[in-house]
Amino acid sequence: MERQSLARKIALHAAALLLAAVILAPLVWLFVMSISPPADLAAKPLRWWPEAVDFSRYRLLLSTVENSAGAAFLAALRNSLLVAGTATIAAVLLAIPAGWAVSRTPSIGWSLGLIIGTYMLPPVALAVPLYMALAHFGLLNNVFSLALVYLTILAPFTTWLMKSGFDTIPRDIEAAAMMDGAGLFATLRIVTLPLAMPVVATSALFAFLLAWDEFFYALLFTADQRAKTLTVAIADLAGGRVSDYGLIATAGVLAALPPVLVGLFMQRALISGLTNGGVKG
Amino acid sequence: MKQTVKMLLGAGAMTALLASHALAETQLNALFMAQAAYSEADVRAMTEAFTKANPDIKVNLEFVPYEGLHDKTVLAQGSGGAYDVVLFDVIWPAEYAAGNVLVDVSPRITEEMKKGVLPGAWTTVQYDGKYYGMPWILDTKYLFYNKEILEKAGIKAPPKTWAELSEQAKIIQDKGLLKTPISWSWAQAEAAICDFTTLVAANKGDFLKDGKPAFAEGGALDALTYMVDSYKSGLTNPNSKEFLEEDVRKVFQNGEAAFALNWTYMYNMANDPKDSKVAGKVGVVPAPGVAGKSEVSAVNGSMGLGITSASQHQEEAWKYITFMTSQATQNQYAKLSLPIWASSYEDPAVTKGQEELIAAAKQGLAAMYPRPTTPKYQELSTALQQAIQESLLGQAAPADALKTAAENSGL
Amino acid sequence: MSSTWLTTRAWLLMLPLLAVMIAVIGWPMAETVRLSFTDAKLVGLTGHFVGLDNYAKILSGSNFRGTLSTTAFFAIVSVGIEMVLGVLAALLLNQQFYGRTLLRALMILPWALPTIVNATLWRLIYNPEYGALNAALTQLGLLGEYRSWLGEPGSAMAALILADCWKNFPLVALIALAALQSVPRDLIAASLVDGASALNRFRFVILPYLAGPLMVALVLRTIEAFKVFDIIWVMTRGGPANSTRTLSILVYQEAFSFGRAGSGASLALIVTLMVTLLALAYGALVRKAAGSAA
Repeated sequence: MERQSLARKIALHAAALLLAAVILAPLVWLFVMSISPPADLAAKPLRWWPEAVDFSRYRLLLSTVENSAGAAFLAALRNSLLVAGTATIAAVLLAIPAGWAVSRTPSIGWSLGLIIGTYMLPPVALAVPLYMALAHFGLLNNVFSLALVYLTILAPFTTWLMKSGFDTIPRDIEAAAMMDGAGLFATLRIVTLPLAMPVVATSALFAFLLAWDEFFYALLFTADQRAKTLTVAIADLAGGRVSDYGLIATAGVLAALPPVLVGLFMQRALISGLTNGGVKG
Repeated sequence: MKQTVKMLLGAGAMTALLASHALAETQLNALFMAQAAYSEADVRAMTEAFTKANPDIKVNLEFVPYEGLHDKTVLAQGSGGAYDVVLFDVIWPAEYAAGNVLVDVSPRITEEMKKGVLPGAWTTVQYDGKYYGMPWILDTKYLFYNKEILEKAGIKAPPKTWAELSEQAKIIQDKGLLKTPISWSWAQAEAAICDFTTLVAANKGDFLKDGKPAFAEGGALDALTYMVDSYKSGLTNPNSKEFLEEDVRKVFQNGEAAFALNWTYMYNMANDPKDSKVAGKVGVVPAPGVAGKSEVSAVNGSMGLGITSASQHQEEAWKYITFMTSQATQNQYAKLSLPIWASSYEDPAVTKGQEELIAAAKQGLAAMYPRPTTPKYQELSTALQQAIQESLLGQAAPADALKTAAENSGL
Repeated sequence: MSSTWLTTRAWLLMLPLLAVMIAVIGWPMAETVRLSFTDAKLVGLTGHFVGLDNYAKILSGSNFRGTLSTTAFFAIVSVGIEMVLGVLAALLLNQQFYGRTLLRALMILPWALPTIVNATLWRLIYNPEYGALNAALTQLGLLGEYRSWLGEPGSAMAALILADCWKNFPLVALIALAALQSVPRDLIAASLVDGASALNRFRFVILPYLAGPLMVALVLRTIEAFKVFDIIWVMTRGGPANSTRTLSILVYQEAFSFGRAGSGASLALIVTLMVTLLALAYGALVRKAAGSAA
């Protein structure tokens, strides 16, 4: 390792501090807004830390009183969990057999290429017919049909990740199990899947984050508390008609918590997923 | 796997069905907007009173920003009755009638209603001689002023004409009381059209003549020219071009505007010492006129409640609407939005504590000027919003910008 | 086992995925193509065949061209900045300093923050009267008076790009960092012995390892930036004076606000075609980069 000069060390630490500040400042401000009384947020010059910390908005948004702003927010939270959960499970279940098939039978790899290619389709290109079809079957404003639509985004991605994962598991292990008389599904279940569990977990995490983040389809296909997701609820708050900026910030903090916690604690899995795919192309 | 998805979908649909059938009561879904006019809390309280009186009806309330109201209503049309009751702006009945979004409720309107409700309010829900709902919010834009600032500037009375408004703002600016005394909501949104329409009314301009755009000349051109002059002269808060009504209210409440154009709801909110620094100093008059053309000016910014044609519970929906628009309910919540009922304006319970607002309302509501009535209103409005912003930003002269808007208006 | 059987079995395993993809992507895509030749309305009218009318109107109108250049500007500038900042941050994170592990962990935060929350957060920061940006800049003496960041065409676009970059450059940084860690230590040691300058070391030793992963990140980010909708919807809705209206916003307006499903579909297909061409061009570049890196 090269020896570092003092000047270089100082420069490095200064740069690291700057990077940390750039990353953290907006996030910290989001939190500070959420606990500042409204008067502080409209003060000139602006108060950077509230005189008295105010958690009342968290209580407001997490209240379960019927027909309240809190109930509406909690319904959106529940819908987001339901949609993201359902879509994630479906995307992984579809991806496991398909990913394995492509990994073991390269001659059909072009079909996966085609499916991954759909990633570049802008959602606006699919939205009109999807809207009309859902309307025709009476499936608008429904969390499960929204989850089905989310598969357009999630399934290509999970299949690609699963395929890269299966690629790293030697075929010989499967062959050995088959020689012992195990059928295909038994082999997959007993031998391959346990080895692929980390990739399954990574795929599921990615799928969940993607679904949690989705806004466009949810904006078009949901109408009210029965299906409206958090992203739409927050965009409604931010639409310029809510004057308490702290309330908007609080909703943002609450909506960001699940993915941010996943990001922090599952970092290794996420980065390996990103780079695996990335390095291999 | 497809099976699983199907089953999941099926299960979802089943639960939805069971949920709605298990209950003996009727579920209504109603779409409202968040803020301006009745607050979310007011709407929830009114609804609670309704469900208390009608325990067999349950009302789910949905609030979206005004900007989402139109698209949500139209999109939900395909979902087989996502909403039973929708709030609609005065500019939409033409389109909603053409697209069969709202039910024609003419047979349900009683003689009593016809006589009791102000004629200006009725124009909100009428199209082609039919009634598409009940008026609920009777609203126009007023000129609010900060009494303390005007007093400090030595101004005796608020402006009667738009030219006078500019003069008074100049005095306030020159005395160093405020850098930019006037605030408007000129964001690229319908809010800007409402301010523009107020000025068009003052200048006796026209939007359409024989169904063709006529706003590139005359009073409408004068209106836009006034906006641009006010902006360029520095009398208008330059941030106005990204403000919506709530931004205007915040600035006014913080004492940072001497004059502001806004809806009824700002009067009592800005007078509430809990949130406002200008409580007790809020003055309100009708929006000014133009010498030789008009005394006062006003835009019809009223909104109505209607029943969607996809609704399965039209009877209950109408019951809810009549409750929400009843004189008793409206008198009880007359602080943020004034009643549609003529006799309410003589009722001390309504006028008490807001005599100034009521006085302004009597003049303003009588002068309400409509935005154009056309099924293509959304396109026309979008084109006009662009013209207003381009003119403010100096990208185009008002006359050219309005000409382009006329070409892009779809009419 | 015969290879025919293996192939058949593979197809059978693919079947569920294929069926779902055809239902939610293949069919809607075909339907969009059909609608694009009609004057269908979103609600009610099924529409009549109008040939290429929709396309002709869109391509000859000024709306489309202006919006296309707005979109391209947003995509090129924001992705460009993300790439440069991402690589710089990765080079930094690959050095030795106190708190390195913590800083690497923090990098995931902006990426994990939901796009809508990010947009909302920055909209509040840019608020012309009560926003943190105006307050911070004036309190530091960098700005004389408050500015209307989202109210002027130039600064509104810059503000959007900044918000988008803040969220996405850490992702590029993490990908680049992983690639940097795959550069063999002895290669770097050898270049140090040879006395290569820092710049040359980056150019000839490190960059070949970075090129592949970075190209992939570049492709994905560009495609996403070209399709951008969420952040603009929340922050500016395309304003002021349509200066930040991108193609996706224009399609939304046409199809869903104005209810013209037919011409909305044509517009959406034109956008799709452009993204496809872009992706194909990039694809060729990626293969070339992969070839030179190997």
